[in-house]
Amino acid sequence: MKKTKHLPHGPDWDFDLLALYDKEIQRVANIYRLNTYPNQIEVITAEQMMDAYSSVGMPIGYRHWSFGKKFIQTEQTYKRGQMGLAYEIVINSDPCIAYLMEENTLPMQALVIAHACYGHNSFFKNNYLFKTWTDASSIIDYLLFAKQYIEQCEEKYGIDEVEDILDSCHALMNYGVDRYKRPQKISLSEEKRRQQERTDYMQSQVNALWRTIPIKPEKTNPTTERFPNEPQENILYFIEKHAPLLQPWQREIVRIVRKISQYFYPQKQTQVMNEGWATFWHYTLMQHLYDEGKLSDKFMLEVIHNHTNVTLQPPYNASYYSGINPYALGFAMFTDIRRICEHPTAEDKEWFPDIAGSNWLDTLHFAMQNFKDESFIGQYLSPKLIRDFKFFGVIDDDSKNYINVEAIHDESGYQKIRQQLAEQYNLSNIEPNIQVYSVDLNGDRSLKLRYVPHQKIPLGDSTQEVLKHLHRLWGFDVSLEQEQDDGKVHILAKIPPNPTLSDDLN
Amino acid sequence: MSHFIDRRLNSKNKSTVNRQRFMRRYKKQIKHAVSEAVTQRSIQDVTSGESISIPQKDLSEPFFHQGTGGKRGRVHPGNDSFVTGDKIKRPPPQGGAGSGEGEASDQGEGSDDFVFQISKDEYLDLLFEDLALPNLEQKQLDKLIEYKTYRAGFTSDGVPANINIVRSLQNSLLRRTALGAGKKRRINELEQQINELRQVKKPNLILIAELEQEVETLKNRVRHLPFIDTFDLKFNNFVQRPVPSSQAVMFCLMDVSGSMDQATKEMAKRFYVLLYLFLTRSYQHIEVVFIRHHTQAKEVDEQEFFYSQETGGTIVSSALKLMHEIVQERYPENQWNIYAAQASDGDNWADDSPTCRALLEDKLLPWLRYYAYIEITNRPHQSLWREYEKLTQTHPEFAMQHIRSINDIFPVFRELFKKQAA
Repeated sequence: MKKTKHLPHGPDWDFDLLALYDKEIQRVANIYRLNTYPNQIEVITAEQMMDAYSSVGMPIGYRHWSFGKKFIQTEQTYKRGQMGLAYEIVINSDPCIAYLMEENTLPMQALVIAHACYGHNSFFKNNYLFKTWTDASSIIDYLLFAKQYIEQCEEKYGIDEVEDILDSCHALMNYGVDRYKRPQKISLSEEKRRQQERTDYMQSQVNALWRTIPIKPEKTNPTTERFPNEPQENILYFIEKHAPLLQPWQREIVRIVRKISQYFYPQKQTQVMNEGWATFWHYTLMQHLYDEGKLSDKFMLEVIHNHTNVTLQPPYNASYYSGINPYALGFAMFTDIRRICEHPTAEDKEWFPDIAGSNWLDTLHFAMQNFKDESFIGQYLSPKLIRDFKFFGVIDDDSKNYINVEAIHDESGYQKIRQQLAEQYNLSNIEPNIQVYSVDLNGDRSLKLRYVPHQKIPLGDSTQEVLKHLHRLWGFDVSLEQEQDDGKVHILAKIPPNPTLSDDLN
Repeated sequence: MSHFIDRRLNSKNKSTVNRQRFMRRYKKQIKHAVSEAVTQRSIQDVTSGESISIPQKDLSEPFFHQGTGGKRGRVHPGNDSFVTGDKIKRPPPQGGAGSGEGEASDQGEGSDDFVFQISKDEYLDLLFEDLALPNLEQKQLDKLIEYKTYRAGFTSDGVPANINIVRSLQNSLLRRTALGAGKKRRINELEQQINELRQVKKPNLILIAELEQEVETLKNRVRHLPFIDTFDLKFNNFVQRPVPSSQAVMFCLMDVSGSMDQATKEMAKRFYVLLYLFLTRSYQHIEVVFIRHHTQAKEVDEQEFFYSQETGGTIVSSALKLMHEIVQERYPENQWNIYAAQASDGDNWADDSPTCRALLEDKLLPWLRYYAYIEITNRPHQSLWREYEKLTQTHPEFAMQHIRSINDIFPVFRELFKKQAA
């Protein structure tokens, strides 16, 4: 081994040391062609970390009681020792903001810099979902705009009014994303310039939509066309554009919540990949430095210790089992892809003819850039990993009184398990498929949503509550119907529950 | 290139506003929890915050999510015993292997209450919101104010002991200069003239004599300027400024005769707790005097006050007399804000009740800030209540309320101390 001088190994850190390590890690990251946004590394205290937690990853959050609730919850569990805080939080922005906890030792800080500032950062910059759906350079400005705008609304219209709208929007937040259409990137100047225009224009459009007094009674053929023509999956967008009674500022708030939801949407779909990628690189980068002789054994042991903790996967029957650990699965998959490229076995050549024996770094970058969890697992989960994890797939069908083991880690089960696991990460299987179905334009303006169950899974118990929120936004009757496998439709819930009665009251 | 920022010194509590929003939204529940908590505490325990628990269901944020049922596939790691086609008994809901619902289940479930801590200040604020110290403004104007002496510049009259020597002598010098300068100048001129006349061969003796006469007169006048005059004198000025007293004494009076059972005493205790907490909001230093009585009154400590058993008849005036003595002896009314709360089940020696009223009216109420009487009973009112009722007409600082059960305490307390309409 080359005799190089070790870098200082802590455990205490200072900013000079952090900069030194950052420089070294960056040098190695360049060797592996990790393309990142510039880093902005902020050192914060535990309490500030809890603040960051409670604002669900937004560095600048508008004010809302639910964030206060989250803060109190975090504080409680942290104080009771039920939960350790994350060592870092990283924000998808340009420059990429990473928060480091001051309590971390020097090896931890180095690990976290490698993990967040080079792992996550390069993922944010290069994964197709993030490139398509988020604009890292403008998000901070937009959040700032949102915060200020909501503050102004609170001053103008009162905290309660604003809180009501935000509550309702939050209830529908998961239904504020476009899944297939590419949205325009938002920049602050653009946003401000167009905002006034937009509010005026939209209000006029809405009014036109409801100008229902017939000018000429002879025009009797009523439009049989449904409105909207196609079911709309972005409920908040539909509300923003078409809710008849909302004030312009309320529409703007709906829009803000929708935009923020859209911003976080890619992160929901890439948990395994994102964490796996970052974990793979903190491991690889630190290992590289160690091989160069820059890190002392003591330092490396602490790194490895933490790495092992993070990638622990308890078996299904452990008392602390809570599903598949995305760090463990993601790290194992990226490591496995590298193995397939470098040391393919006969099985690998059969399963992955196109990547077995190829350049591992190219393959890895390609995988990171062009997939999300669902497709990544569907594409790259190898039989060896299934065996290593001892995966088994079960089907829980409520029409039977037992759970059936569909497949295990054997020759006949690999395909099934791979497919089943991929589906498990398909958001559209997890989130109920609910879309805006129709609006009664010529009648009572009632809004109809339609739920199409996935594999007969019914809706959860808060449905009625969510509809109440939707009713507040829409202003007229709201109902939710369910379409069954046989095409029959029945009504699940209605707000207000008895429309005729409420009409009388109105 | 990476850029490091040390945020540790940034202001903490970025979430404070959000926390306040949370408290604001759940005020009703939090207040309820606070009024429950107050009954659990010792009277003087006001140094700690309180933990508040709110039912989880009130807090949930609804969202569309999948319910249980239907057909779901899950993949789990760590297979140790299953082969394809095994049929497993469905584990009971909650816990067991893989009842996970994906991300949908990490909110909105769990039946535990949501428990969190509020600080001492938040606790007291919530407890005493809308309450004000009884008659505080009114009273501050007339009495129970300590005076403190402050320097307030100088005046031109006062007692000799307060003469300010420096100022007085400055004035003296000033006056003497002002009155004497012209004369001295004239004297100098004249003396010079005399000298000049003397230089002449044949001096005009008559003129010289005249001039000398004049010089003499002027010198006389200068000599007669008084060294100090009455209007030179300056005195240090002192004024008395009122300082609201920051100390208070709270008298707890309770009937411990046979008719008061432990439950009644517990209720009384809660009332005292509230009063004590309330006073700590306004006064830095509070002393508590416990007086228990049956036919005789006795000053005791808290433990004995609430928990020792005694039986006997009831003579309320004995306690009032004792209280009067203690006030005379230890708590001069110009230094102490005196509060008293009396709890009783209304029993009293019938002849004694008018005495009580007289005692209160003549000897106690004039020096008290507030006197609260609570009657804890389910029976009809007796003579004491009727006698006291007469007092409420004429004395705004006297208040009485009737408590029937524990639930009444907080409302009654609020009633007694509610903000007086301006």
